[in-house]
Amino acid sequence: MGVHVIKLPDVGEGVAEAELVEWMVKPGDNVMEDQILAAVMTDKATVEIPSPVIGKVTWLGAETGEIVAVGSPIVRLDVDGAGNAKDGEAAPVKAEPKKAETKAAPRPEPKPATKVEAPQSAPKSAPKSPAPASAANKAPRKEGEKPLASPAVRKRAADAGVDLRRVPGTGPAGRITHEDLDGYFEHGAAAPVGRSRAADTSVKEIPVIGLRRKIAEKMTVSRSRIPDIVYVDEVDMTALEELRAKLNKEKAPDQVKLTVLPFLMRAMAKAIADQPQVNSHFDDEAGVVKQFGGVHIGVAAQTDGGLVVPVVRHVEARGLWDCASEVARLAEAAKKGSATREELSGSTITITSLGALGGIVTTPVINHPEVAIVGVNKMQVRPHWDGASFTPRRMMNLSCAFDHRIIDGWNAAVFVQRIKTLLENPAMIFIED
Amino acid sequence: MAELTCKVLVIGGGPGGYVAGIRAGQLGLDTIVVDAEALGGTCLNVGCIPSKAIIHAADEFEKATHFANSSALGISAGKPKLDLTKTVAWKDGIVKRLTTGVGGLLKKNKVRTLKGWATFADGKTVDVKMADGVQRVHAEHVIIATGSIPVELPFLKFGGNVISSTGALALDEPPKNFAIVGAGYIGLELGIAFAKFGSKVTVVEAMDRILPTYDAEMTKPVAKRLKDLGVSVILGAKAKGLSKNGKALEIEQNGKAENIPADKVLITVGRKPLTEGWGRENIAIDMDGRHIRIDDRCRTSMNGVYAIGDVTGEPMLAHRAMAQGEMVAEIIAGHNRRWDKIAVPAICFTDPEIVSCGLSPDEAKSAGYRIKTANFPFMANGRAMTMEAEEGFVRVVAREEDHLLLGLQAVGRGVSELSAAFGLALEMGARLEDVAGTIHAHPTQGEALQEAMLRTLGHALHI
Repeated sequence: MGVHVIKLPDVGEGVAEAELVEWMVKPGDNVMEDQILAAVMTDKATVEIPSPVIGKVTWLGAETGEIVAVGSPIVRLDVDGAGNAKDGEAAPVKAEPKKAETKAAPRPEPKPATKVEAPQSAPKSAPKSPAPASAANKAPRKEGEKPLASPAVRKRAADAGVDLRRVPGTGPAGRITHEDLDGYFEHGAAAPVGRSRAADTSVKEIPVIGLRRKIAEKMTVSRSRIPDIVYVDEVDMTALEELRAKLNKEKAPDQVKLTVLPFLMRAMAKAIADQPQVNSHFDDEAGVVKQFGGVHIGVAAQTDGGLVVPVVRHVEARGLWDCASEVARLAEAAKKGSATREELSGSTITITSLGALGGIVTTPVINHPEVAIVGVNKMQVRPHWDGASFTPRRMMNLSCAFDHRIIDGWNAAVFVQRIKTLLENPAMIFIED
Repeated sequence: MAELTCKVLVIGGGPGGYVAGIRAGQLGLDTIVVDAEALGGTCLNVGCIPSKAIIHAADEFEKATHFANSSALGISAGKPKLDLTKTVAWKDGIVKRLTTGVGGLLKKNKVRTLKGWATFADGKTVDVKMADGVQRVHAEHVIIATGSIPVELPFLKFGGNVISSTGALALDEPPKNFAIVGAGYIGLELGIAFAKFGSKVTVVEAMDRILPTYDAEMTKPVAKRLKDLGVSVILGAKAKGLSKNGKALEIEQNGKAENIPADKVLITVGRKPLTEGWGRENIAIDMDGRHIRIDDRCRTSMNGVYAIGDVTGEPMLAHRAMAQGEMVAEIIAGHNRRWDKIAVPAICFTDPEIVSCGLSPDEAKSAGYRIKTANFPFMANGRAMTMEAEEGFVRVVAREEDHLLLGLQAVGRGVSELSAAFGLALEMGARLEDVAGTIHAHPTQGEALQEAMLRTLGHALHI
């Protein structure tokens, strides 16, 4: 028997570390070749780590939510044959079952020396491992109050490495019973069931990890670094909607249904040709603006896990139907979580739309280091003064934000007005310059 | 002499040290216990056990004395005679049996013992001065269990007629006039015993009360009994020294000097941790006042060096040292242990006895608890009446909001045995209702415990 150490592989160009977001295995599990062991997240994509060999998991090198450097060991497997581990990185010493002394304690007791060396493996290998940290953070009794438990319960908790101060007691006077300890081993410190109208004083601690952490970090960077200007105008979409309905009616069966989005993308590509500075990245640390020739439009999409931004590349070179099918494909991939890191990065400008929930005005957050974002608000029929009377028109607002360090208000206004003109006169979108 | 090595070296074979040794042996650790004297320490040789033997003999003698007069029980007997040398020999026999037993237990668990005085050379090396030379021992872990010694007064140094408790347990005959300095539990236990043997006992105490660590309610029955036994207690008085002829103790009370006739003067003004003479200066361990500083795992400031028992301070009680010794052995064996005890019971083997476990009403209040408390007198307990032991009571202290027991105390004949029930109730986290709902056998003194619970709950049955 040998030990095979799996290290975090290079999960993307220039990625030095990744966050471990999910374990699919636990110590003691037997794994097959190519079985998925874990999922890690880089700044854009989630990458699954498969097992290259058949073996038995003996050690996990990170907790969920931990940042792991590329190349650091994350899993150890016991394998038939020699394995790949050098002496120095052999698996933690397996506990030797002791005689009478361990009878009461289901946990194998490592020798004191190894206990210090492998703090992560000891609790994980326990058949009844303590509750996850999130649940354990909640103190079940008044601060400073000693937990009440019989000596037998205290010993059992100590043997399992459980701090009784974290265990809620259901016995008289809050005494922690053996059953409470069983419950803690299985479920962690679950909140007691309250009556329907009782005041709920519980506070649920939700660790900000994975995609949520990425979103939080990106939003913080954007909002704290970018002094933005928000510009809102309304667009009469009546003509475009008529054209869109017509095109959808006449479309070939293999073509995807057109939404407003491909029209907007094409209009943006055209407007960018006149105002190229909005299609840029501002590297504010280096003091350099990278103005891109290619228009790579990120389309913010809501998924079960949170917000992701798949990217339609080279919109300037794509036709309307091409844009539509690419958006549809990426949206599907993002929803399923199968979008690649490349498909989720490299945008030069972003569209954000909440569709029917789009409201009247939004203040979109610029996707740093980009310098502009176009927010699409809800389309609805509104009365419009045409000079003689109010007529019902399909109106839609665009709420756009610009990095005011790079984009002057005038340029911002010209950019949005250009898009407005194009959308209100959709034929112009298709006129070659 | 060839140097020895071991995993665990225990310095001191008292209750802390020998229990640490036995447990370490059980856990398969290679262990050596060193002591310069007989195994068992102060407790077995010159403390708990021999004093209880003497106290028992005194009780028996007093009974017989009682029967020499007319007794309510209808028993009469001739005037008893005492041969204290025989009593002491009997006591020594018990001590011998116990210390031999300790040696046997250590041997059974494959623990080696060295008889000699240990001195630290460094934190992992100890030199033991034995009869046939100095034995050097290297150990991975060292447990300091050196215990404590009686405090000596500079103006009443031990020697001649000035004796410590050790000397009092080896007297040939009861002193005719016996002066005792210090009205703590040791002074009163021995004072009462010798009063029963026929000595004229005078206890001199600097503070204004006896047994200063117990509240007045608890000590009152003892004070009454001292009076009945003819023991004079002089409070707020300072011992000054022996008179010129050595036949009296000079004291000063309220600025007034007085001489107390004394054939022997027993000094029982407390015990102090034995922290000198074993090379503490050669290892870097922190002190906490006059005792060694330890954490909740009995670790000292030096890695691999533990300290247990009296050398770690109050409460200086054998059963605390034993629990610490057991715990440290398990910690060294890799178990996850911490000092998590709720209560260490304490007993005065005075007449009547006092037992206290957990918090007294005053202690509970100053700890910030709102409490319910009540006591049940033995006067209302059938068994106590049949034993002519109506003095005293059982007292309960519970937390008001959830009736959790915080403390249990008792005063009365033989109440020391109640300490088992007290300790169990507290460690198990019992509430008033738990003990009140437990059937206590009739007729026993223990019923008073149940009744005290009921009385705290407001519905005692027998009062």
